[in-house]
Amino acid sequence: MSEIVVQHPVGASVYEPSLFGTYSKKIGMWLFLLSDSLTFGALLFAYTYGRVSTPNWPTPFHSESIRNATIMTAFLLSSSLTMVFAVRAAVQGNAKAQRLWLLATMAFGLGFVILHGREWTNLIAEGLTLPMFPTPPGQGTGEFANVARDVPQFAATFFGLTGMHMVHVTLGVIYLGIIAFRKKFIPILLGLWLLAWLATPAYSPFHYGAHLILIAAIISAVILWLKPKVYDASDIEVAGLYWHFVDLVWMFIFPLVYLMSTKIIG
Amino acid sequence: MAAQDVHAHTAHAHAAPQGFVRKYVFSLDHKVIGLQYFFLALTAVFVGMILSLLMRIHLVWPGAAIPLIGEIKPETYLSLLTMHGTIMVFFVLTTAPQGGFGNYFLPIQIGAPDMAFPVLNMLSFWTTFVAFVVLICAFFVTGGAPLHGWTGYAPLSALTNTGPGEQLGADLWITSIAIFCVASLMGALNFITTTLDLRAKGMTMMRMPLTVWSWFITAILGLLAFGVLLSAGILLLLDRNLGTSFYIPLVVVNGQVMGHKGGSPLLWQHLFWFFGHPEVYIAILPGMGVASQLLSTFSRKPIFGYRAMVYAIMAIGFLGFMVWGHHMFMSGMSPYSAFAFSLMTMAIGVPSAIKTFNWLGTIHRGRVRFQTPMLFAIGFVSLFVSGGLSGPFLAQPTLDIPLHDTAFVVGHFHLIMGVAAIFGMFAATYYWFPKMFGRMMNERWGRIHFFITLVGAYSIFMPMHYLGMAGQPRRYSQFTELAYLHRLIPLNTFMTYAAIVTIAAQFIFVINLFWSMKKGPKASDNPWEATTLEWTTSTPPPHDNFGGMTPVVHHGPYEYSVPGAARDFIMQNDPATVTTSH
Repeated sequence: MSEIVVQHPVGASVYEPSLFGTYSKKIGMWLFLLSDSLTFGALLFAYTYGRVSTPNWPTPFHSESIRNATIMTAFLLSSSLTMVFAVRAAVQGNAKAQRLWLLATMAFGLGFVILHGREWTNLIAEGLTLPMFPTPPGQGTGEFANVARDVPQFAATFFGLTGMHMVHVTLGVIYLGIIAFRKKFIPILLGLWLLAWLATPAYSPFHYGAHLILIAAIISAVILWLKPKVYDASDIEVAGLYWHFVDLVWMFIFPLVYLMSTKIIG
Repeated sequence: MAAQDVHAHTAHAHAAPQGFVRKYVFSLDHKVIGLQYFFLALTAVFVGMILSLLMRIHLVWPGAAIPLIGEIKPETYLSLLTMHGTIMVFFVLTTAPQGGFGNYFLPIQIGAPDMAFPVLNMLSFWTTFVAFVVLICAFFVTGGAPLHGWTGYAPLSALTNTGPGEQLGADLWITSIAIFCVASLMGALNFITTTLDLRAKGMTMMRMPLTVWSWFITAILGLLAFGVLLSAGILLLLDRNLGTSFYIPLVVVNGQVMGHKGGSPLLWQHLFWFFGHPEVYIAILPGMGVASQLLSTFSRKPIFGYRAMVYAIMAIGFLGFMVWGHHMFMSGMSPYSAFAFSLMTMAIGVPSAIKTFNWLGTIHRGRVRFQTPMLFAIGFVSLFVSGGLSGPFLAQPTLDIPLHDTAFVVGHFHLIMGVAAIFGMFAATYYWFPKMFGRMMNERWGRIHFFITLVGAYSIFMPMHYLGMAGQPRRYSQFTELAYLHRLIPLNTFMTYAAIVTIAAQFIFVINLFWSMKKGPKASDNPWEATTLEWTTSTPPPHDNFGGMTPVVHHGPYEYSVPGAARDFIMQNDPATVTTSH
């Protein structure tokens, strides 16, 4: 035992070696992702259950939706790449490059959310709604109105799965913003909240959904107050794990929800 | 790697807090958080207990007017039942053993100064607290508390016009559960990371006390199970508030066709029980850990088959995820899948029996000290066996179908999951009270409390098995007018009297608890002559647990009566070189 003590620097020697020789935050994030994958797993199970038990599951997504979703996919994939660069810059201690790559990642993430929001808005306008969504004026005439009426599970699983994922991406952007800018990001968040709240009409789900940003801002402020620290390379790496996971989840949702429900013409 | 180690192990260090709020309210100290969990659970268990008393009174005197509440209506009875189950399962059985004792003693027992993520730990407690407050609010809103049972079966729970409690009360119930899921996830990943990363030098995995093993495996179960319940709860909220039909088929309520179609109530059952069955082990595993620790300590013998115990805990946790279907034999599932679930369920009997026989082997020919913690540990084993033996009955689909909706099942799960787990908590309280509060609890009143509670628990729950076999249904608010159950009324009355006496006896415990905190005799650092690390530090432990030191571990956790040793126990950090098998 005494040899081991000699081999380790002071401070490390009082503990048993940690799992895979890595640090606690990283293990914590892996565990969270494990649990979160079961959360998404349950949603995907619900989707599969609904789809398998419903005869004549509709396949209504026309090429515009698919094109949009493909661009969103490209955004997320690119954001994973910029995230990798951010982690590399952090490890090399290049603060400026790290911040720029994080900003690029956030921009791709934000672009994803905006495109996705546009997609939702279009679909809702075409009649794909949940029974108790507030209805936009003049809605209910598009071809998706039939789908929403005939197979309620379609809209429910679509909004449930993609909505949960959108929440994850939004929180991911906020997470990266806090890591990159700390306290300075809180006023930006509040601005984003006001913008999202005021710029969306009252019948839009995003009108209420915007309050998620406010809640996230409050929780971030509390955490920054409790643990005022400068984030280092390990924090960037852990945030990167989360970001790649959210990207990975989309790689399940895109084929299962979109591609498998593409309208086949001919 | 070495440099990362330094980094990893400085993250949790923090200075002792100043000021009342940072010290006792928003504390980052795992010991304070553990006590917060403990007292939250103590509050919750009394609420839950009073609800069960009201139910027992209503069952035998249906017309009785109860002070402040008046006569209990059928829907009120269902609300009582729902809230009793929810409070007990989530805020007592999940909160006290893991959040309370686990939080307090897991870091100390592995030689760590705190949890791996102290801020997360604090957030986890306060989130649990919010969940409890939200749940209690359900009593006071229009329509009152929900009446869909703690299992929240759809479509009853998924529609808003199925009963008075199914309005805002049910929404609050689901919200509370969802918040609780988030809290449990934060707690679980903290427990796992702490166990993996912050063990003192020499504290290898196979030298961890069995309490630590049980908290560790429980945390893994919580991590995997609560995420699924969170999803299930979100979908239920969508069904109720946005009109989706995840769990609701085309259904007619009170002659009115609801605007839902295409959903499946079975989806809820699958998702709920995928969480629900591991939850049973989340409640009972920490009790098993405490029983192992205490039986060894008070028998002055090493635990019989330490490795077998560890593997049995793992096996129970692993199998626990593959048996959820045995709660659904009544749902009309395919007999083939029922057969598979039945087989897996029976398989859990094997690790359970290994544990039971190891406990008996531990006591066998030991120099047993019958102090109160030991009595409760023995009581735990007794209740675990009594409640467990009816498990293989219910694991058979052919037997489960007639028994499932009767009092038989109620007796079964109350003995094994309810009372046995609570005996584990009592044992833990009497055992660790000196370390937590620096004083000893009163021994005589502890014994009186034990004997009344043991006899009382058996008197309440054993007859339920007979009632169930005689066909008395569960969840019915009133059956005194049913002719075929008339001859069972005296037995029901006896159970209610037993419940009143047992509940009264719990006040002995509470008075003993608070009285001993102030007036009990001062405790030494190691009053039970135990070996694990919490007994090496001062009483109560300092802020960083070991006063700036980190212990070095040289021994396994249960080295009692080692031949050649100076005393009949060897502390885990004792550098004395006695050759041991560990």
